[in-house]
Amino acid sequence: MLRTTAAVIAGKTARLAARVKGGGGSAFPGLVAERIDPRFLEHALATVRDGIVVVSGTNGKTTTTKMLVAILRAHGRRVLTNPTGSNFTRGVISSMLKDLPLSGKATADLAVLELDEAHALKFAEVVTPTHALLLNVARDQLDRFAEIDHTADLLARLAAQVSAGVVLNLDDPFIARAQARLRPGVRTRWFGVDSSIAHRLPEVLEQDVRFAEDWQPPIPGSDDGLLAPLDERSFTILRGGEAGGEAGGEAGGEATAYIGPVTLTQRGLAAMINATAATTMARELLGPAFDPATTVRALQAVSPPFGRGEVIDIDGRPVELVLVKNPAGFTVALGTYGSTPVATMIAINDNDADGRDVSWLYDVSFASLRERGVAMTSGVRAYDMALRLDYDDVAVAAVEPELILALDAFLAAHPDEPARIFCTYTAMMALRRTLAERHDLPEFGEEGAA
Amino acid sequence: MNEPASKGSVTLVHLYPREMSIYGDLGNTRCLATRLRRHGYTPNVVEHHPGGDLPAQVHLVVGGGGQDSGQARVEADLARIGAQLVHAAADGVPMLMICGMYQLFGNAFITADGTRLPGLGILDVTTQGNPTRMIGPVVLDTAYGPVVGYENHSGATTLGPGQEPFGRVLAGHGNNGGDGTEGARTGNVIGSYLHGPILPANPSLADALIAYAVERATGRAFEPEPLDDSLADEARGRQVRRLTSTRPGR
Ligand SMILES: [Zn+2]
Repeated sequence: MLRTTAAVIAGKTARLAARVKGGGGSAFPGLVAERIDPRFLEHALATVRDGIVVVSGTNGKTTTTKMLVAILRAHGRRVLTNPTGSNFTRGVISSMLKDLPLSGKATADLAVLELDEAHALKFAEVVTPTHALLLNVARDQLDRFAEIDHTADLLARLAAQVSAGVVLNLDDPFIARAQARLRPGVRTRWFGVDSSIAHRLPEVLEQDVRFAEDWQPPIPGSDDGLLAPLDERSFTILRGGEAGGEAGGEAGGEATAYIGPVTLTQRGLAAMINATAATTMARELLGPAFDPATTVRALQAVSPPFGRGEVIDIDGRPVELVLVKNPAGFTVALGTYGSTPVATMIAINDNDADGRDVSWLYDVSFASLRERGVAMTSGVRAYDMALRLDYDDVAVAAVEPELILALDAFLAAHPDEPARIFCTYTAMMALRRTLAERHDLPEFGEEGAA
Repeated sequence: MNEPASKGSVTLVHLYPREMSIYGDLGNTRCLATRLRRHGYTPNVVEHHPGGDLPAQVHLVVGGGGQDSGQARVEADLARIGAQLVHAAADGVPMLMICGMYQLFGNAFITADGTRLPGLGILDVTTQGNPTRMIGPVVLDTAYGPVVGYENHSGATTLGPGQEPFGRVLAGHGNNGGDGTEGARTGNVIGSYLHGPILPANPSLADALIAYAVERATGRAFEPEPLDDSLADEARGRQVRRLTSTRPGR
């Protein structure tokens, strides 16, 4: 106990010191606390009684986590979470330290933690998650993880650790097949898309070629959630009929709407799928206390996380920053914004945090940008991006590898209209930093802390 | 403006686009089809899936890299159509095989536990399974000029005696990280580990493959149009300078 208290104090001190130096999302305070008390996280989460939920998968973790937390809080639950993509146990501890009493015991009812595939498994070795919400498996930073089969296996092993319930993506065989690895007695709920938009799945999902036989998705039942979009940001969530639930079983009864219509502030299919996933997990966690109207209100109030369609007001004109990091994500982003073309810049870096291989740009179709063209490409791989666009017959007006020069030229060339910048991670950090200095934006790392 | 008459139709076969086209190798097919069109020819792109039949006339064949599971999925089909591919390669059909398909075009893949999985033997190379992955950007010196790309492979490949490499490594690992060779070339068949994908940023290589294919398809020499490759030249030149400068760092 004393050891934990010492760790809390040291961690809080380190956190304050880090903030003075301006390091918003640093994992350093967590490292300090963990050094003093290696079982810090286990102790801190021991008093969290209603669920320890891990959200993982390649795309949409941050948005989904934010939505799930919003729904749970709207239902009056105290929720501990790790904002700003603090993606490992130390980051989780760092983000907890602010609100942690000196006992080191968290006062929350639930913990909802966003963790990448590898860190989720490491976390599960320390603290058994009661629940996991697994979103998708896509090619992402292949130079690091090398194989999506490997990523899928990490998530299946995570699912095998869960003690109470999982929510799995019905449409993604990499995720859905993880059900076979669950412990006995662990509940499964599914989320997915309604048959009316099933034709759009190939643009967001990878092919699972690990097995000779084609994937037969399970039939959704009444505990499951299916997305039925109404337009770019409005949708309802349907639930399957009572008879569903079995792979290859009898068709369930008629699906019925139970949530919505919901109108999100964030546009596009991906955000709506994330909302469906979050809602399905909220139902699992809240049980009979789950209230559709409260859920709709909570979802509608969620603002897009940093860099996921964040709109920055620059002298009265909106500039949208869209993080792109893999083919599925970029394809979804283009589908999301394609119907409202605006002045567009694309910034591609190839630092470690971006993924050093830019091959993936050739797995994205840029045809939707053809009509309007692209005003500027930038970043270390600015010319590779321009070349990629050329092969899709998309005109590129200017190429400037230097990010800030490119930003200034781009904004100056399109003074009175909305603008959109698609960017990889480190390009986004650099652009966001400059825009924050000039336009007094909240610092990265502060957003989402509420 | 009227479309000028096509100079001829060229059939391009993409082997296993579903199982063996990760890391953007699809870009090679896109690049070849687009360049054929821009040079005034009509590309006829055929996707070959396991169980399907190769078209009677094949002028150009491309294949990419996959994961182990993808590779396992195509082995039986490759055994089925292998004789046709061997014959076409000997007959001078240009082929570009990247990463996993490069390995399968070799004599054999020896797994870490010593199991010998035979390949098509079109290229005289043998690949040894290897626990360390060779990953990173690459610059080569080749018969087509400097070539840039990105490698990501766990197999270490050795050239047979007399087997010509595709290029010499100026930056990166290449076939095995030891002998400075990258890929293999026999006649018009090229095997390489380079993703990137390799063709868009290296248009002289793309046009060389197209020239062989056009001659086979039309019976006439390749009649190229002047294309503006300045973006490709700038993209490639920057990678070459960045990766071969003596400055320490990356
Ligand atoms: Zn490879």
